[in-house]
Amino acid sequence: MPNKYVGQRLKRTEDPRLIKGLAHYVDDVRLPDTLHVVFVRSIYAHARLAGIDVSEAKRVPGVVAVYTGKDIGKVGPVPCAAALPDLKVPDYRVLATDKALFVGHPIAAVVATDRYAARDAADLVSVDYEELQPVVDVEAAAAGGTVIHEKFGDNVAYTLTSGEGDIEAALKSADRIVTQRMVHQRLAPIAMEPRGVLARYFPGEEELTVWSSTQIPHLLRTQLALMIGIPENKLRVITPEVGGGFGSKLNVYAEEALLGWISIQLCKPVKWIETRRENVQATIHGRAQVGTVEVGCKNDGTLTGLRYNVVADLGAYHQLLTPAIPTLTGLMLSGAYRIPAIQMNVTGVFTNKMSTDAYRGAGRPEATYVVERAMDIVAAELKMDPVEVRRKNFPAKTEFPFHTATGLDYDSGDYEGALAKALNISGYQKLREEQTKARAEGKLIGIGMSSYVEICALGPSQAMPAGGWESATVRIEPTGKVTVMTGASPHGQGQETSFAQIAADELGVDLNDVSVIHGDTAIVQYGIGTFGSRATAVGGTAVLIAIQKLIEKATKIAAHMMQADVSKVTFEEGRFSVALAKAAAGDGSETAANDGKSVSIQEVALAAHVAKEIPPDTEPGLSATYFFEPKNFTFPFGTHICVVEIDKDTGETKFLRYVAVDDCGKVINPLLVDGQIHGGIVQSIGQALYEEVVYDEQGQLVTGELMDYALPKASQLPWFELDRTETPSPVNPLGVKGVGEAGTIGATPAIVNAIVDALSPYGVKHLDMPVRPENVWKIIK
Amino acid sequence: MKQAISINVNGVDHLDEVEPRLLLVHYLRDLLGLTGTHVGCETSICGACTVLLDGQAVKSCTMFAVQANGTNITTIEGLAANGSLHPMQEGFWEQHGLQCGYCTPGMIIAATQLIDRNPNPSRDEIRHGLEGNLCRCTGYQHIVEAVEYAAKKVSGTR
Repeated sequence: MPNKYVGQRLKRTEDPRLIKGLAHYVDDVRLPDTLHVVFVRSIYAHARLAGIDVSEAKRVPGVVAVYTGKDIGKVGPVPCAAALPDLKVPDYRVLATDKALFVGHPIAAVVATDRYAARDAADLVSVDYEELQPVVDVEAAAAGGTVIHEKFGDNVAYTLTSGEGDIEAALKSADRIVTQRMVHQRLAPIAMEPRGVLARYFPGEEELTVWSSTQIPHLLRTQLALMIGIPENKLRVITPEVGGGFGSKLNVYAEEALLGWISIQLCKPVKWIETRRENVQATIHGRAQVGTVEVGCKNDGTLTGLRYNVVADLGAYHQLLTPAIPTLTGLMLSGAYRIPAIQMNVTGVFTNKMSTDAYRGAGRPEATYVVERAMDIVAAELKMDPVEVRRKNFPAKTEFPFHTATGLDYDSGDYEGALAKALNISGYQKLREEQTKARAEGKLIGIGMSSYVEICALGPSQAMPAGGWESATVRIEPTGKVTVMTGASPHGQGQETSFAQIAADELGVDLNDVSVIHGDTAIVQYGIGTFGSRATAVGGTAVLIAIQKLIEKATKIAAHMMQADVSKVTFEEGRFSVALAKAAAGDGSETAANDGKSVSIQEVALAAHVAKEIPPDTEPGLSATYFFEPKNFTFPFGTHICVVEIDKDTGETKFLRYVAVDDCGKVINPLLVDGQIHGGIVQSIGQALYEEVVYDEQGQLVTGELMDYALPKASQLPWFELDRTETPSPVNPLGVKGVGEAGTIGATPAIVNAIVDALSPYGVKHLDMPVRPENVWKIIK
Repeated sequence: MKQAISINVNGVDHLDEVEPRLLLVHYLRDLLGLTGTHVGCETSICGACTVLLDGQAVKSCTMFAVQANGTNITTIEGLAANGSLHPMQEGFWEQHGLQCGYCTPGMIIAATQLIDRNPNPSRDEIRHGLEGNLCRCTGYQHIVEAVEYAAKKVSGTR
């Protein structure tokens, strides 16, 4: 089938409604008589709730109800889907009852006829707090002191050792061992649209509809049914336009269950729209690991083993995947290299903070940062070029599938290919010469690189908490229009376009005749959702195979319509044809009478629905559903090279170049892939230079607004020079690997490596993120 | 105590009585139903709520509706003229200047002011001109190209 659309740089079909301001995010959905909810949240990190007085709040005009933890009966708890051996799982009630365990912990819900009244009343809820010693520093919390969940006896939620090979022997066999402590600071995902929920209960029909800004409508529906206690088939989750997620909406939150429950109590629509302050306080955070890496190497740069001992700051409770995130770090500690023995020892620790969970990359950026920083530290130790140390340890492209000591089988790869291309585009040798000259002139120029591998297309169901497949239904309507229903839940990635590209090519129809529907559990078959760079690799494959099933059925109907043998009917560019005379004459079974006959797929669709002209044993209608279960993950990779200059007077980092060569397998739409890479790199730059969720020693959130939490701005960024290599994945028939997280996983170490390189004349071997100008300035002075 | 206000929004006169504390963005969204203007931070950092007030880009989340009394406001819904996209909207579409689309209305409005003031901006000038607008998805590069596209298109038709 020739590709008219797949592989093309097409602009998106979803854009017109967005650029006109006519799209509907949750807060844009308006229902008559909607009540508004405002939450009262803990102002302390750790406190006993001695009493909550809502009487004054209830007297505010417009207030309909005020609920506290005592009023909400059996709602909840907030679920954790991660299963680890001996994991301690605290009871995470949707409203705090006895104790508040983090700043922003919801304590009461105020419901009023408008949001200003609800906000006024929330200010009048009087909470009697008895402050407790806050547990803030994660390493101290692991060691002892105040216990957050008393019944567990300590703050350690779990410990886990992972990896293969004899690490002790591997390190012993090394000529040298380099050791480095690294901090992966706590980050806030900051989707531009905060969370929001609208819930509407119809008491007659006993049906609850929940509109939520989520990445996982179906999983949310299952969990909310259990939390609220409503039959799953009476609950509909609708995900309207979602203004970014980055993992923060890959979750099940207390507010989602509470809104549903409140709507049932009051029999009215209720809406809650998260403020940005609430978003920083009470939407999941990411990263937050403190670890020490030990790498053994031979004098020629060959790696012998890697051990990473890490303490993960989980926050006060487990959200959906909280404890599982560091296990993803453990999986990716082999990076792009052959490392005979790898061990990760992780200690997951409770602190009086918001939960950490999946933020774009979700545990893999930490691994890549550890490995890629370590490669540079090894290079510095051995006085080798960072390029050579990497090359020394790459598996060759002929060695795939490549088994790692973290227990994975990398699907396909050509790490040298991506590296060579990045070196070529950046003019690496020349850059080094320029750096030498610049240093002689007293300038601080640094060159940093990162050759990353990521684990994507999550994933086989065996390796996932609740299904790793994805679903698609493809239907051709009687008028010939094509409807694709995907269980993925795109929220900016553009699958309304890229899935339409796949469908239009496979069916030979016009792109504009394909409509991609997602995010409504009453319309779309059960699905898993969009996260882990999985939507196209897993969900796109489901679309492809559903179409193949559909064409198989359509071929039978077409053969019947043309009174031809089904084995003689071919499908190309939207038309079913009877094989040509020559081919037919070959086996002599076909008369020449129906040679050259053809029917369009639209005609077949109509015939399938009218059902007068279909074979007797054929089901009417023309739709097919497929649930695609991948047999492995995919492993995209690439090399990023950046050049920075440090301002000696201010300590500021300025980018001079940024080259990224990424390999995400086959590409459906290069324009969308570029967009994913750009955005990912900028989130990396945010982590490397600007962003950090800061809690002070009292557990107060210091960076609670965008005035304090520093997101990268347009003026702070370089022009990205992108290119690609294309190594198809054997894991799915599209050959697609996934690209959503590549930038965020690959870029961070390249940036820090460049800064450390720039500062190497000062003896700097490592710097923790975010690399703030003041820290750099102190080193220079 | 409600106050009477008169505001022209996208060419239509509106007379309303509002509480003095009602934010302009809530007036536009909740009273007029113009939900294309978004709230992203409530602190005038992110710019998702940007509208044109008498031709000036302002952040409607940190301005009261009563302060806009007697003004002419253009929101994203009012940018397309006679059903055809504004060159800036076209630029964002052509150059993939948006992903989730949440920052987009404010970004487009701010960018129209930018090329109004500087018809042929350099990439640096575009980046600085959009410092008051945050985007978490695109990494801004395609936004810069979108603004370049619009600037070229507008100057070409002048």
